[in-house]
Amino acid sequence: MTMAGGHNKFIADGGGAEAKASSERVETSIYASHKKIYPKEAHGTFRNIKWAVTASTLGLYYILPWIRWDRGPGLPNQAFLLDFANQRLLFGSIEIWAQEFYYVTGALVLSALMLFLVTAIAGRMWCGYACPQTVWTDLMIAVERFWQGDRNARLRLDQSGWSFEKLWKKTATHISWLLIAFATGGALVFYFRDAPTLAIEFATGTAPLIAYAFLGIFALTTYLLGGLAREQVCVYMCPWPRIQGAMLDHDSLFISYRDVRGEPRGSHKREESWEGRGDCIDCKACIAVCPTGIDIRDGAQLECIQCALCIDACNEIMDRIGRPRELIAYTTAANLENATKGPRDGWRIVRPRTILYSILITAIGGLMVWSLLHRADTLVSVAPDRNPLFVTLSDGGLRNGYTVKITNKLQMTRHFRIGISGLTGAHLKFVEFDNQDPVLDVAPAEVRAVKFFVSLTPSARKNLKSDATPTMITVTDIADGKSTSRSTTFSGPTP
Amino acid sequence: MASQKRVDEVTGAETTGHVWDGDLTELNKSLPRWWLYTFYACIAWAFAYWLVYPAWPTLTGYTKGFLGYSQRGEVAKDVAAAKSAQNSYRAAIAAMPIADIKKNPELFEFARDGGAAIFGDNCAPCHGRGAQGAVGYPNLNDDDWLWAGDLESIQTTISYGARSGDPKTHDTAMPRFGLDKILEPPQISDIANYARSLSHINVDTAAASRGAPLFADNCAACHGDDGKGNTEVGAPNLTDGIWLYGSSQEMVMRSIETGRGGMMPAWTGRLDPVSIKLVALYVHSLGGGQPEPEKTAPAEAPK
Repeated sequence: MTMAGGHNKFIADGGGAEAKASSERVETSIYASHKKIYPKEAHGTFRNIKWAVTASTLGLYYILPWIRWDRGPGLPNQAFLLDFANQRLLFGSIEIWAQEFYYVTGALVLSALMLFLVTAIAGRMWCGYACPQTVWTDLMIAVERFWQGDRNARLRLDQSGWSFEKLWKKTATHISWLLIAFATGGALVFYFRDAPTLAIEFATGTAPLIAYAFLGIFALTTYLLGGLAREQVCVYMCPWPRIQGAMLDHDSLFISYRDVRGEPRGSHKREESWEGRGDCIDCKACIAVCPTGIDIRDGAQLECIQCALCIDACNEIMDRIGRPRELIAYTTAANLENATKGPRDGWRIVRPRTILYSILITAIGGLMVWSLLHRADTLVSVAPDRNPLFVTLSDGGLRNGYTVKITNKLQMTRHFRIGISGLTGAHLKFVEFDNQDPVLDVAPAEVRAVKFFVSLTPSARKNLKSDATPTMITVTDIADGKSTSRSTTFSGPTP
Repeated sequence: MASQKRVDEVTGAETTGHVWDGDLTELNKSLPRWWLYTFYACIAWAFAYWLVYPAWPTLTGYTKGFLGYSQRGEVAKDVAAAKSAQNSYRAAIAAMPIADIKKNPELFEFARDGGAAIFGDNCAPCHGRGAQGAVGYPNLNDDDWLWAGDLESIQTTISYGARSGDPKTHDTAMPRFGLDKILEPPQISDIANYARSLSHINVDTAAASRGAPLFADNCAACHGDDGKGNTEVGAPNLTDGIWLYGSSQEMVMRSIETGRGGMMPAWTGRLDPVSIKLVALYVHSLGGGQPEPEKTAPAEAPK
């Protein structure tokens, strides 16, 4: 709904100004059509660091599922396996069961806190170097540059009409993107199923449908987000640029054009003096390399992912015109405000905020390691029969039935005995065994349910004081004698 | 109306002509193209759906669709798949004597789980969901058995029932001492006192001693001189703590008067032989199962 002229008293009553405003129709829209960005290749320290980070993160991503880890017979020998089929996560010698999913929660909390700490100290390091969106976009742009040339060549190509050259260059680019996308989706599903097996299944077309589905989903999203959407993901879709403001303060590093040194800007001839003017020669090299297409000289912006490529571009120019480097540099808001000489004079790393984040990281990390080292390798649960609660025996005795579930969390077969305490004269009988004190073998990483009966003779029954006598069922590992006890009750009629 | 188009001055777009609060109107914009085409595609989809899946009722049935799909068929397929998954187990169980199945942990587990399900569907109405029984319906958890509690005996009882009319059924009956005037009510009372005294229930000792010779004359043939019963003829043990119809003087007297004669249907013909084996194994595992009569001594513990 909008205000319609005929009923709008402001316009109806108003003078010439309003009438003029309504006739000059301003095109306002909440939709901005995408302007394609053509980032130029940068050269320098930060570009090299970014290549190294890209190579190592992508390398890890593709290699991790292929690392083998011998866990013994009957267990998967993949070092990193998210074994959803068996409801467990395997990381080397660490095995996380479904009921221990809080370790994953803890790891995510830790990751978030470390992200907070890095952001508080050094700004959007994650966005600039390590975020998958950045890494894959960087890779996709490199591929595009390989087929279509650098910024100017690409601009020319897009502005020219369709020709055979344009067709094959564009086709080659998109085919390369799709290949990367399928390799990405393919690598992901290897984390969920034994990688060599799945690779053969893919090759022979016998992989599970869900594997193809996720391969397709991740290939498609990689192609769309990394190849086509690129910086729009960071600018429009990602919540982190909005959240990170809460972690930044005056002493956090961020990439900034140091206008103290740069202004007043303007073109400069070789012989001209540098007196009375800034170092910025307005060459726009910083804009050309920017993957989000912004002008860093406009100050801190949400679109800036802090990739540092403009530092490389500007440093190259400064070297050429013989002025000092770091006109664009990692600096802090405090240094910009104080207009200090260097970009990082008085960079305070130790601050209440960073101390707090460090304490939280140490505490949560320590707690997780401690609990991981001390977690029980045997889980025992006891379920007394409910129907019937108790059975009267022909000799007048009383009997209860129990089901004990023993979970062996170690990766070897273990042997247990079950005992009961707190009931005098208790007699155990196991359904599956003729033996009254059987050794229960529990396979590696398995749960075994054992049903048994506890009987009291008529004379022992007389000692019962209530209809529910507290008792203790103890499961003992024969190898090391360690036992786990669970309290339960022995039921009977009200005495 | 068409000649009197109302136009919004700010946007230049036509309005619907409706006015709220004196000055609020609504722009009359055409639907977005993508929305419209999606809508048309949905209509086309709906037509395709009619053709492919069951859709329209007819006088005698419904249109089946090209795929011939039905949810009932889906269920039938699932049930058939589940049944075929059981085939190897059921074949092994069919071929094996029932006592040997217990020695195979995998088959025994299958039998107990399958037997529990079959028991719940067929036996629970009388014996209870946990096989705990009721007055007149034996508790199958305890160690007291009318017709013996080893695996083969349980299998026989399930197969042919008790007093079911089946030619092979347990077909013995206790005389109706009261109804058929075989004994007088005071005599029945005395015998009841005596029978109850066998289970160490406090009774009128004078009556019990009067009942002892009557018991020897009328009851001992089936229940034994010592009252311990006889599983050959389904005569309950009168010396234990378990009374199928209750242990009160009144209930025991009524048992003697009427002879009770509880019946259980024969399950041969209702359940296949493998299912009967499964139920027998399940019932035997409930806690009161007795060892097979051939085995005189159970195997000793290995260590």
